[in-house]
Amino acid sequence: MNQKYVINDEIINQIDRVKRKFPEMESKSSIIESLLIIQHHNQGFVTKEIIQALAKYLGIKEIDVFEVATFYTMINIKPVGRNVIAVCNNISCMLRGSDNILNYIEKKLNIKVGESTPDKKFYLKDEIECLAACNGGPMMQVNHKNYENLTLNKVDKILEGIK
Amino acid sequence: MNIKLCTETFNLNNPASMETYISLGGYEAWKKIVERKSSKLEIINKIKESGLRGKGGAGFLTGLKWSFIPQQAKQKYLVCNSDESEPGTCKDRDILRYNPHAIIEGMLIASYAIGASVAYNYLRGEFLDEQWKVFNNALEEAYKNNFIGKNILSTNISIEIYSLIGAGAYIVGEETAMLESIEGKRGMPRIKPPFPAIKGLFGKPTIINNTETLASIPKIMLNNEGWYKDIGIGNSEGIKIFSMSGHINKPNNYEIPLGTPFSNLLKLSGGVLNGNKLKAVIPGGSSVPVIKGEDMMMTTMDYPSIAKAGSMLGSGGVIIMDETTCMVSVLHRISRFYYSESCGQCTPCREGTGWLHKILSNILNGKGTLNNLDQLNKIANQIEGHCICALGDAAAMPVRSFLKHFWHEFEYYVEKKESMVS
Repeated sequence: MNQKYVINDEIINQIDRVKRKFPEMESKSSIIESLLIIQHHNQGFVTKEIIQALAKYLGIKEIDVFEVATFYTMINIKPVGRNVIAVCNNISCMLRGSDNILNYIEKKLNIKVGESTPDKKFYLKDEIECLAACNGGPMMQVNHKNYENLTLNKVDKILEGIK
Repeated sequence: MNIKLCTETFNLNNPASMETYISLGGYEAWKKIVERKSSKLEIINKIKESGLRGKGGAGFLTGLKWSFIPQQAKQKYLVCNSDESEPGTCKDRDILRYNPHAIIEGMLIASYAIGASVAYNYLRGEFLDEQWKVFNNALEEAYKNNFIGKNILSTNISIEIYSLIGAGAYIVGEETAMLESIEGKRGMPRIKPPFPAIKGLFGKPTIINNTETLASIPKIMLNNEGWYKDIGIGNSEGIKIFSMSGHINKPNNYEIPLGTPFSNLLKLSGGVLNGNKLKAVIPGGSSVPVIKGEDMMMTTMDYPSIAKAGSMLGSGGVIIMDETTCMVSVLHRISRFYYSESCGQCTPCREGTGWLHKILSNILNGKGTLNNLDQLNKIANQIEGHCICALGDAAAMPVRSFLKHFWHEFEYYVEKKESMVS
């Protein structure tokens, strides 16, 4: 884990495209999207080494990147399972039975919200609030893709279809 | 009369394509403005006269907001707020994936009117799969057709539009927090004044409008003066999308004239689930006060009528609750949301939302006391109006309204240690 992280050329290209959206002096503006890009190529999470490397590449302080990485819930700063499950259980979904769905998934995968399965196949994400699909409740996202009007049966099929 | 603005393409084939949008008169308004080099002031005045209000929650007059921009300033920005996260609200996500060109054309017209050469559309991070891709495709199409970019349609007008993605934070929907986020910082709201129209993104004058608001602009510009105003019923002006969710037979987005009786909207969305009795409604997203079902049935869906009933039209996220709903559980869930989403900048909100949630958790676990109910009201009062942004108010208002209308249910729960309805 203490190895130096090197941002590869493919990712550099993507980050450079992000940078072009902002005035040249505004280096910090690229942090959020860059972190999402790197995380996508790093098994869904970022490390201290990644934060250091990105800060260096953008020419900003490490703390600037760290602040962003810890404030926004979609940036994971610890290793997580390969497939991210996010179950909405805010009011609209709750009224349509989302608590049952979440309990069922917890039992099925034998993990609690915020945990990953031992084989690192699934991560049941914590800090999930309304995912803006209220008229499709109960709903969840698996790797950012929406699955709506869930039933326990549907959940079985969705999870079994994931590698 | 069945006028649709933002939802016009929703039920068509390839709703998000430029072809579909153009077949409905899309980009006509923009072409006219560019070809005639229309007066900025005239555009702002037309939007002002139309009565269009911000559709993200605050309901502020859009044209008036635009008029605050100092026209002489050199660099200005437009920001489209697609960080839709208010519980109960899911309208912008559908505009983004089914009618993205209306947003782009609205952004172009707004940028032109305020004199911004750069505009950003900030999408919430969780839209990464579908909406982000669809909107970026639409953006590419519009660039290819030279509706955006340098020397638009062979004129000397140049406007760039960029899409941005968030990474999970409700607070970024607050307009100054969004500016902080675009600047690559934690989403913590700024103290106003200065207002963004004077000192906004990167310190420059900036207008932030909601997605649905901007997507409404092209049709307003294309039609005659008075057209938008007249869509509304009675004294109401215009039209709005209502996201119907919760205990309802046909949950969906319904774009209806403001002033439509709530009972009609309820009928349109199939009535209460399983034919149950309507108990309560949150009419404008989780941040607004709850209204009792029987009172809601007397309202019309417009700003003054909902205000008279003691709540707000807000974002148009209408959450329907039937007779089987435990109001203690619902308020507990709402309190968890604000506790989790408080940015932590102001003490009354950071601490207060935690206390509210802790007390409600205790009540739900059978450890509550009657004294706790007064405490909830007291804490809510101490949060409201004492913070930089409206998140604190949004945490306080549900608490007070739930206690006001359903006190007996909270009392019952404290005494019997179980819900009155289950």
